[in-house]
Amino acid sequence: MSLIDNINKAFDHRVRLGIMSILMVNDYADFNMLKELLGATDGNLASHTKALKAAEYILVEKQFIGRKPNTRYSASKLGKLEFRKHIEALEKLIGK
Amino acid sequence: MNSNKYLNDISEIKDIMNRSSRFISLSGISGVLAGVYAIVGAGLAYMRLNTVSSANYDLLSDRGSSLWNTDIVKDLTLIALVVIVLASVTGFILTLRKSKKSGENIWNTSSKRLVFNFLIPLFVGGVFCLVLIQYGAAGLVAPATLIFYGLACVNASKYTLGDVRYMGIAFIILGIVATQFIGYGLYFWALGFGVCHILYGALMHFKYDRKN
Repeated sequence: MSLIDNINKAFDHRVRLGIMSILMVNDYADFNMLKELLGATDGNLASHTKALKAAEYILVEKQFIGRKPNTRYSASKLGKLEFRKHIEALEKLIGK
Repeated sequence: MNSNKYLNDISEIKDIMNRSSRFISLSGISGVLAGVYAIVGAGLAYMRLNTVSSANYDLLSDRGSSLWNTDIVKDLTLIALVVIVLASVTGFILTLRKSKKSGENIWNTSSKRLVFNFLIPLFVGGVFCLVLIQYGAAGLVAPATLIFYGLACVNASKYTLGDVRYMGIAFIILGIVATQFIGYGLYFWALGFGVCHILYGALMHFKYDRKN
């Protein structure tokens, strides 16, 4: 068994790590909050949330606040589990 | 394998988790100044109360209730309002300055959550104090304000620097002790809003602000 088995390719990017970190400690976050915290551009952030959604690690909820469309993200059960594994794997690698 | 990159990843994860869930730009110095205003206010209130007591000796016998229908109420309310406004404005300006320095938006999700969760116990406490006055239990107002302010701090501490929690607990204990010393509310107020604020403000200043 290799140490890097649990390193998850889906999280192997700064922005994706950031999105998951935020969603681990917040019940949900909307697009603007993610953008502000991560300092990412709209397109960049959109493509990463899309990838995480495709892996079913995050849930996307579209709604309207007044007349403005608002997209809310939250971490799925699977996403939280996989992210925890990913962090553990990272910590083990550093510990070596 | 490049373990430096992983180390970076981990520290970035921690940083983002902190920044996204807590508002960390609260200024320590503003706490110290709020405490100073409170002590000055308490001093003024004490002097104002003394002028009445010596002029109208009756009031001394019943330190709480009979005060509530005189001119003095107006003056005390004015002092309290000035202290609150000064403390709030100072806190806002210093926090704005600190948040600009650290690049944190002052009105973001974290700060909104912080303010909202701080105001819930505070609002309930305010209403409860009015009810206490309504039923003539004005002597319990000072302990109640301390207790509810403490609860507000404990509640808000989840969304800002964790140390606020200990200040909240100090306020709650002080408030409970104050219930046994009705008539000495002013001293407990000075001790709580004055001394506690100064102590914790200074502590936070040296722990967080000075480092940067």
